[in-house]
Amino acid sequence: MPFLELEKLTKSFGGHNAVDGLTLGVEKGEFVALLGPSGCGKTTTLQMIAGFVEPTSGAIRLGGKDLLAMKPAKRGLGIVFQSYALFPHMTVAENVGFGLEMQGVTAAERRTRVAETLELVGLGTFASRFPRQMSGGQQQRVALARALVIRPQVLLLDEPLSNLDAKLREGMQIELRQIQRTVGTTTILVTHDQAEAMALSDRIVVMNQGKAEQIGPPHEAYERPATAFVANFLGKTNLVDGASVRPERISFAAAGLAGTVRTRIFQGNHWLYQVDTASGLVTVIRQNTGEAMPGEGDAVHLLWEGRA
Amino acid sequence: MKAAPYLLCLPALVLFAGVVIVPLGMTVLLSFHDWGQYKGIEPVFILKNWQEVLGDSYFHEMFARTFRIAFFVTLLAAVFGAPEAYILNRMRSPWRGLFLLVILGPLLISVVARTLGWALLFGGNSGLVNKALMGMGLISAPLPFMFTETGIVVALAHVLMPYMVLAVWASLQRLDPQVENAAVALGAGPFTVLRRIVLPQVMPGILSGAVIVFALAASAFATPAIIGGRRLKVASTLAYDEFLNTLNWPLGAAVAVLLLAALIAIIWGTNRLVERRYAQVFA
Repeated sequence: MPFLELEKLTKSFGGHNAVDGLTLGVEKGEFVALLGPSGCGKTTTLQMIAGFVEPTSGAIRLGGKDLLAMKPAKRGLGIVFQSYALFPHMTVAENVGFGLEMQGVTAAERRTRVAETLELVGLGTFASRFPRQMSGGQQQRVALARALVIRPQVLLLDEPLSNLDAKLREGMQIELRQIQRTVGTTTILVTHDQAEAMALSDRIVVMNQGKAEQIGPPHEAYERPATAFVANFLGKTNLVDGASVRPERISFAAAGLAGTVRTRIFQGNHWLYQVDTASGLVTVIRQNTGEAMPGEGDAVHLLWEGRA
Repeated sequence: MKAAPYLLCLPALVLFAGVVIVPLGMTVLLSFHDWGQYKGIEPVFILKNWQEVLGDSYFHEMFARTFRIAFFVTLLAAVFGAPEAYILNRMRSPWRGLFLLVILGPLLISVVARTLGWALLFGGNSGLVNKALMGMGLISAPLPFMFTETGIVVALAHVLMPYMVLAVWASLQRLDPQVENAAVALGAGPFTVLRRIVLPQVMPGILSGAVIVFALAASAFATPAIIGGRRLKVASTLAYDEFLNTLNWPLGAAVAVLLLAALIAIIWGTNRLVERRYAQVFA
């Protein structure tokens, strides 16, 4: 039996099913991402687990116990909000210690655990600062520390990195992954960013219109997308003669599908091509190995594994 | 070319100087003039009025009453206005607009009309308020409201409540709704969320509302004049009487200037306190 179970979870808003019969089992210590475009029901699902939204029907069980029977304050879940939702009138240490205070942990133990957790997220020296005095990335870590310090049964991350700039986001992805591995907390991430979902999670749940289109390890969903929606949502894809082909799987060869290079874009580590062929416009991604590559207007032949 | 911005500001500055600075300066000057029953106002520079205002216990009592009333009005407005704003903020959309109108609506009605309404409710031993309180068994004998400080405080608190509600409302608008959810998820009950999370964040709003209400209550004229009557005077009605009944303009001016100075000192001090206390938290 999985640690966290969602069973036929449904939430309707005025006749429209925001979440539509979602069933999902999450193992202890697992990192699962709910991935999908906005309005796909991923955030509603998270809020139902957290207890801020009541499901229309279905069940949520944690460790075999009915989670829906518990008030949000009693669920003992760690939540990192998209806006961080730090308490602006409290210092970092007070923010992080708040959950422990609510649990009735003694002041001495509180101090130790707050210090440990701040150390874990790399903010050891920031304890007496106020949130306003910190950067977005630092506030994000405070939010993470505040959620982790109570040793939650499940950690819920609601688009935690979407307010950071691209470079910082990449660094935080690696860090978040490492912290989750260290602490071993069962984690559910909600995101619309497929790269983030694939980088962080053990399994991804690709959601569309309230339903799970595919549940599986990231590489499996990427390599063998169950539906056209999944194929399109997880990275770029070409539909050539009814078959779905990833752009990076197509190479230039002496023979194959004939075409003409329409545009060529240099992106540092790779080249991005748009090639006009008899089967339509095909996107090709080639590694930048330093070799000379076909230019715009050149005639090329495209080849990929499994091409009929 | 550099002069253009100043030239453009000139009309507004002239207006400001003409309607605020000049009359104010003249009032201050007036407070140093002499006055006699038969000689009228004498444009000399003496400290007689100020010595009288600062030395006479009659004036001390008057100012003490003025600020006592302002203090209790502010307290009442905060105790009722802050929760009112919070409840209002949590209402759903059609009700929220409706009740906001109910709270702010009285601002559209003349203070005199509203206060006369209170006078009708308070009036005599068979006033509606006393009848209701006795009917509910809260009091056994009628309470005196007319011509008492209690009456002035109640009526002024009602008149000035919208300012407190608006100030708190504005600070509630800046609150991240997720912050309350974050506290709940960390195990805080509804009361703890209010006391530890919401209240500290709207405190600057309550304080700025308190400054407005206090200033308006201390300088209110119509309500104390109607409810307090001719005998229970406050600083503003006192200044009015000196000007228009005794015709001792210089003494009235001294009272008015002292009220203004005291208010500025109180407001400035509160602002300093708020700024120092909340500077790092609310940038």
